[in-house]
Amino acid sequence: MGGDVKKFMYVNRKAPHGTVYALESLEVVLIGAAFEQDVSVVFIDDGVFEIVKGQVTTEVEMKNFSNTYKALEMYDVEKLYVSKDSLEERGLSEDDLIVDVEVKTAAEIAALMEEQDVILSF
Amino acid sequence: MATMNVNGRELEVDEEGYLIDLSQWDRAAGEELAKSEGVEMTESHWEVIDFLREYYEEYQIAPAVRVLTKAIGKKLGPDKGNSKYLYELFPYGPAKQACKIAGLPKPTGCI
Amino acid sequence: MLHTVNKSPFEKNSLSSCLAHAKEGSAILLIEDGVYGALKGSKMAAEVQDAMGKFTLYALGPDLKARGIADKIIDGVKVIDYAGFVDLACENDKVQSWL
Repeated sequence: MGGDVKKFMYVNRKAPHGTVYALESLEVVLIGAAFEQDVSVVFIDDGVFEIVKGQVTTEVEMKNFSNTYKALEMYDVEKLYVSKDSLEERGLSEDDLIVDVEVKTAAEIAALMEEQDVILSF
Repeated sequence: MATMNVNGRELEVDEEGYLIDLSQWDRAAGEELAKSEGVEMTESHWEVIDFLREYYEEYQIAPAVRVLTKAIGKKLGPDKGNSKYLYELFPYGPAKQACKIAGLPKPTGCI
Repeated sequence: MLHTVNKSPFEKNSLSSCLAHAKEGSAILLIEDGVYGALKGSKMAAEVQDAMGKFTLYALGPDLKARGIADKIIDGVKVIDYAGFVDLACENDKVQSWL
């Protein structure tokens, strides 16, 4: 593809099924992966609920896109960060998540945000 | 809504001929979808179709060509995990055409 | 009266406001993103647990399952299905939605 590689960060702050933000964000990440940029995905606040494992959507008759986060690695999207505070506030731990992530403090996430060329918020 | 006739069953398809309800898919539906694409199905074709359906089952997404190629290479070997092989089987694009035959939605990011 | 809450308590104050304004003895049903209010060990859990002395708390099972938290909820929250939702709506004279 050539050209400069930019640092893109996607910030997810919404729960998965109540609004369409989470799914839209995931689709943008997957489409954006084709451009071979330096991508990271952050889950903060209710965004951590997007990657809770064991989601079963048959009864609500909605798409269970939580499984799609497992495909991110194959799209070379490997930097997944999760807010430590957001997990704790929700009684969750790293073991409750469907993908391997790096748990970061708010200060660490702030530093990562400063490094980016582009930040997209959902 | 447009429909497609498979052995007397009327299956709903969208304006581009993609199957609406992927649970209605079976080999006969696959054959019919292949016909609409002008693809003559062989065991090699079915191998890719089966792979795509398994991939969708696990990840709930139809993979981009680049990802499909890499994943096929891993599962079926490098002689099949390359775009030349896949484009020979599905001349109008492995992701787009094979996904249609497999009864999956159009891959995300595919125009 | 039946109160329903469909927003995450971590994003909006719908649940807190409902708990503050509902009359003792009311039924409170958590649906959609509202079911996150039933999460065990969360920062909302103490407030919800306190409220359970005053109200009967329900959560919609299909919404809990969709969010992967069916096995992570506060003891004593009653899990109901869609038919149970209909029953609750019929048993109560009024339904108020906290959006």
